[in-house]
Amino acid sequence: MADIMVLINLLALIYIGWFVDWAVKQNKSKVWLFSGLAIIMLVILATLPNYGPIYSYIMLSGILMYLILTVSWTMFSGPTGYISLASAAFFGVGIYTSAILGKDLPVLVVVIIGGLISVVLAAIVGAITLRLRGIYFIVFTFGLVLLISSVLLWYEIKFTGTRGRFIVAASNDTIYYIMLGITVLMFIAAYLIRRSKYGLALQSIGQNEEAAAHMGINVTAVKVAIFSISAIFMGMAGSIMAMKWIYVDPYSAFDPFRSFLPVLMAIFGGMNKFYGPVLGAVILAFLEEKLLTEFPYVYKLGFGIILIAVILYLPGGLVGVVEKVRARIAKGKNALT
Amino acid sequence: MHLLEGKGVSIHFGGLMAVSDVDFYVDEGEVVGLIGPNGAGKTTLFNLISAALQPKPGEIRFKGQKINGFKPYKICRLGIARTFQIVKVFGSLPVIENVRIGSLFGSAGRISPADIDRKVSELLEFMGLSDVAYTPVKDLTLAHQKRLEVARALATQPSLLMLDELMAGLNPTELNEAMELVKKIRDSGITIIMIEHVMKAIMNICDRIIVLNYGKKLAEGTPQEIANSKTVIEVYLGEKSDAGN
Amino acid sequence: MERFLDIVIAGLLLGGLYALIAMGLSLQYGVARVFNIAHGEFIMLGAMTTWTLYTVFNISPLVAIIISGPVAFVLGFIIHRTMFRKLLSSSANQGIFESNSMLASFGLMFVIQNLAFIIWGPEIRAYNYLTETVSIGGALFGARRLVTLAFAIAIGVAFYIFLARTRIGKAIRAAGQDPNTAGLMGVNINWVLALCFGLGAAMAAVAGVLVSMCYPDSAVMGQEYLTVAIIVVVLGGLGSIPGSFIGGFVLGIIGSIVAFYDPGLTMVAYYAIFILLLLIRPKGIMGK
Repeated sequence: MADIMVLINLLALIYIGWFVDWAVKQNKSKVWLFSGLAIIMLVILATLPNYGPIYSYIMLSGILMYLILTVSWTMFSGPTGYISLASAAFFGVGIYTSAILGKDLPVLVVVIIGGLISVVLAAIVGAITLRLRGIYFIVFTFGLVLLISSVLLWYEIKFTGTRGRFIVAASNDTIYYIMLGITVLMFIAAYLIRRSKYGLALQSIGQNEEAAAHMGINVTAVKVAIFSISAIFMGMAGSIMAMKWIYVDPYSAFDPFRSFLPVLMAIFGGMNKFYGPVLGAVILAFLEEKLLTEFPYVYKLGFGIILIAVILYLPGGLVGVVEKVRARIAKGKNALT
Repeated sequence: MHLLEGKGVSIHFGGLMAVSDVDFYVDEGEVVGLIGPNGAGKTTLFNLISAALQPKPGEIRFKGQKINGFKPYKICRLGIARTFQIVKVFGSLPVIENVRIGSLFGSAGRISPADIDRKVSELLEFMGLSDVAYTPVKDLTLAHQKRLEVARALATQPSLLMLDELMAGLNPTELNEAMELVKKIRDSGITIIMIEHVMKAIMNICDRIIVLNYGKKLAEGTPQEIANSKTVIEVYLGEKSDAGN
Repeated sequence: MERFLDIVIAGLLLGGLYALIAMGLSLQYGVARVFNIAHGEFIMLGAMTTWTLYTVFNISPLVAIIISGPVAFVLGFIIHRTMFRKLLSSSANQGIFESNSMLASFGLMFVIQNLAFIIWGPEIRAYNYLTETVSIGGALFGARRLVTLAFAIAIGVAFYIFLARTRIGKAIRAAGQDPNTAGLMGVNINWVLALCFGLGAAMAAVAGVLVSMCYPDSAVMGQEYLTVAIIVVVLGGLGSIPGSFIGGFVLGIIGSIVAFYDPGLTMVAYYAIFILLLLIRPKGIMGK
């Protein structure tokens, strides 16, 4: 029963993702006109704690975590092709913000601060690496997570005397509402960016960065800005999810897999449309939640195989398959007329 | 004051002087041709002007302002636009978006935001690309892609347009169309520098020609002077040039 | 004096290991153009299989070197001929291939790492081999560290000579500079690319064996070594194999000095150098 509740909500999320994708290309009045269904989906999601068992919205919080990581990651890395492996770093910053400030400040404030510190970190990383070729960015972000966790561990052991920290817990429905809120904010931000000239700028940077620079785009500034914005949501999500796990240490807070999984989910879902990463995250996160306890390593192994298979045989991801089917149906219709 | 002026412009790659102590100028309204054998440093000179590379040493001034050390986006916003020898289009984006990017980012306030869409469609019309406005650029022919690069550059409302081998790879019909296009652009008030190997185009359109060889300026003058110059003819003997004069 | 020698030997040891690992990665990226994120996992495989071979079958790690090298080579060769060859033919240009192959190696990392978790579990493994101490100039050093150091340097130098002197080595260098022309010159380019990939994997595995002799190992150890390898490759210059060799020793000695004062700070020191590099001279010591 709980699973059905979850699945309905997952479908709601996928629909919203599809809606954003559609809305980006329409003029504003049309968007308002057709947003009714999307709003209904949002209401379904927002009221889950009212009609669903606790297990359902705990699970959904976990899935939202991956959704946020994946969609934020795609915001920058999708159009530009600069593959960031720093997601876990921003998420971890959020976790430790909760660990350090959670006792003294209200939950929402902690979440926002977590987001802000992540922005600062992202801006620094971006300023150092985004002036250079993409490969430097990728490799820098790859080791960043390890770097932060080793510094943190060293600091904690040397100065604080402890290895891990306890975090003030928050109730399951608070966690869910905040995660949903972050997700909505993220969708809105993604929508606004894609519609604006900066969305176009990002795509042109991904297509041909040198030409983009010659067209008057300050490519470094645009890259750093969007990269930093994408980090906000990851940081905020980390802050609130920490209040579910209660105890954290540097290695569990800065787990490289949280950098790898968004990449995998986005590619699996398909990067050519906005709803691709939503689809990929929802499906794989659901599988992960189901398999985590029983088959902890097998499912990750499976994900690796899926990634390889997608890259080799299905470069457009699930979206690619969906679009092919749609094209075939359209062709069929044309043939008949 | 010259629109564009370079003094002692040089750059070396490893041990090779790609451009060596070149002085040049371009006046408003001119069409200047930049010719020379392969490897003479023509595209490198363009790269130095558009700030893809930095002159070391040398000084370049645009409208009297020194532009050394500026980033490419700044140069574009100041009013210098260029095309590339190997087209650098935004392949997956449709034609109209490629052009719009130029207006959105490179025109630096020379077009008011409300006018952008109108200007873009006018430009597409001007360049004969209206029919393919929504086609992804990677699906266009090379000739169309080259025209798109010009449209994109023009969208930034430049004072100076630099064309790098626009005519290369075009068949005779396309060639004539391209030559007419360059004349149309000149007539609309934009100053042009063009790198070309196609002599027919150079002789036909340019007011003045600069000849580079091994990174140095070999000669400079009107098309007649250059065509009759012994030094230039020597350099080009043995060179395959299209459609001789 | 003893402390100083200790630091030097530890530095050379670390440096030798780093140089091996980095040269392997450099081969794969510089020639085969695959930024192999799974490189660290081959190191881990080398280390963990050595542990199993020693603790379960009583096979000496030195023998393990001879076994793991060729096995890893074959594995790498096959992976390239199947997976990366397919990508080569389906990628529209170099840039797309590089990004797709990196992502595919990502998937490979997932697969290998989790296989390791399934086989060996998450625990940290170590074993004791050659734990006797040797006296040099009155100071005492662990025999295993000296042996490891000797092997690392020997293999590194041998590989260097292989690249510089042999016909195959020349073919590899040609392929690295310009694959198309090399192909036209009669180099069987597909074979050379797969060879390089396999060689890189072999070097990683051998490095893994050596690492396991001196340090504890686990299924997750790959990532840290990969990070160091990447820093070394950038330090030496992307695409330069001699650069990776030198860079490895530079970083190893720095690491050893830092570890002397505070072992928890070695990663920080490496990253500080990395950041400095990116800010001042991204193309590294010998970068093109």
